[in-house]
Amino acid sequence: MLDYLLQQVIFALAIGAIYGLIALGYTMVYGVMRLINFAHGEFFMLGPYLFTFTMAALLALGGLPPLVDTIVAIVVSFVAIGVLGIAVERFAYRPLRAYGRLAPMLSALGMSIVLQNAIRVTVGPQPVHFPAIVPNSPIEMLGGMVTTTQLGILAAAVVLMAGLTAFVNGTRIGIWIRAASESWTTSSLLGIRVNRAVSLIFFIGPGLGAMAGIMYASYYGIMQPTMGSAVGLKAFTAAILGGIGSIPGAMLGGFLLGAIEVFGTAFLPIVSGGAVGTEYRDVFAFAVLILVLLFKPAGLLGETVTEETVVAKKDY
Amino acid sequence: MLFGIDLEVKAGEIVTIIGANGAGKTTTLRSISGLTRIYGGTLTFKGRSIKGIAPEEVTRLGLAHCPEGRQILQRLTVEENLIAGYLPERGQSFDAIRSDVFAMFPVLKERRNSLASRMSGGQQQMLAIGRSLMASPELLMLDEPSLGLAPKLINQIFEIIISLSNAGISLIVVEQNASVALEIADYAYVFDAGRCSAEGGARNVLNDPGLKEAYLGA
Repeated sequence: MLDYLLQQVIFALAIGAIYGLIALGYTMVYGVMRLINFAHGEFFMLGPYLFTFTMAALLALGGLPPLVDTIVAIVVSFVAIGVLGIAVERFAYRPLRAYGRLAPMLSALGMSIVLQNAIRVTVGPQPVHFPAIVPNSPIEMLGGMVTTTQLGILAAAVVLMAGLTAFVNGTRIGIWIRAASESWTTSSLLGIRVNRAVSLIFFIGPGLGAMAGIMYASYYGIMQPTMGSAVGLKAFTAAILGGIGSIPGAMLGGFLLGAIEVFGTAFLPIVSGGAVGTEYRDVFAFAVLILVLLFKPAGLLGETVTEETVVAKKDY
Repeated sequence: MLFGIDLEVKAGEIVTIIGANGAGKTTTLRSISGLTRIYGGTLTFKGRSIKGIAPEEVTRLGLAHCPEGRQILQRLTVEENLIAGYLPERGQSFDAIRSDVFAMFPVLKERRNSLASRMSGGQQQMLAIGRSLMASPELLMLDEPSLGLAPKLINQIFEIIISLSNAGISLIVVEQNASVALEIADYAYVFDAGRCSAEGGARNVLNDPGLKEAYLGA
């Protein structure tokens, strides 16, 4: 039993880390722009595709050791998806800013369809095999079996999250981002070029999303054009659970959602005597979404939105 | 709505705008700093037109706006609020301005690592002014700096305003607390329903019984 439990804990942490990384993109964008970026899941989906293309190109060129190829492909994916994120904001969202909150959100839904179908048309709708980045070998830990891929995902995600936390808390630009996410108007009065903070957020968020996508694809060994909508929606739930707008909240929400989903799925068949099984996995995430929205709409670490703060935000 | 407002601040002056609620005082400041779009007229700072310029660029030119209600960034610490307001492009070192601000408001130094939301109203007002100073402004606009403060704190804030003026910063102070504002100001504008109903040396306005009625909103 203990070995089974440990296996589930590692699995929950790995999948939770992936949700958390994606949730960061949702929460940072929402924080500054009050926009739910429905196209964010597509950056997650594009990550593994771009990684695969880059790897193929590097292999065709030849001459570099495989490890260098992999690192270059990871960096290229982060930067290219980040630049794509900046472009999407600049050309699909910014021109609509003056028209309320609904217009950019609809534009985001449209972007999602465009990006997903771009891959569907060019690469094809069918799932494609995604090779493991690190050799996927099982390790025995405390009697349970975990894989190097799980540990690798966890380590990489923790490094990325720690890096982001250090950046937003410890640098001037990071403080600008937090200031902008608290009040656009006040930040502009302080001389902060909020549009640049927005561009930076649209670089970091999609870049982290792409990293999560590579992790997810290497975990399950496949990628497909629809993976972004399914996983993206769950990560969005994680952001709501943690308190949308809050960066630590997104990370916490990701890990919590991973735990709820994995343990729910693992123990449901046992508790119900096999009557209901793992097919209920997705139910947990969206049950959480509904419960949070009903009983604690501000999420775990989000600011409590009172009438007073709404008025203050509207005015100054 | 504002109509035919003609306002001038000479270098080193304290100018006050007084008037009843809704007279257009805050709107005037928002128009100057670029938060509210203006459709006619001119807006000049140091001989350069700033009409239609975004608020962040206005601040970067040396015209800071410390808004009504303080607008402290609640989720940032005191120190982070100061960092958020610092503009290296203005040519002064962060440490130098911060030590000036700490000298002016010792409580900010004591509580530099506290979350801004934990500060009292008076301390938040000091933080708001200190944060505006981080942009090394040549002209600082203060919107209702005494709002919601105890009388003792009001005096303290106005003493700070005088010392800022002595340090060479020009000021526009918007106040409902007209008598205090008139005592420290050089020049005063009395606003009424979006128009400037009177103006003149602050002493004259203070001692004009006819005007008293207007700006006290009686």
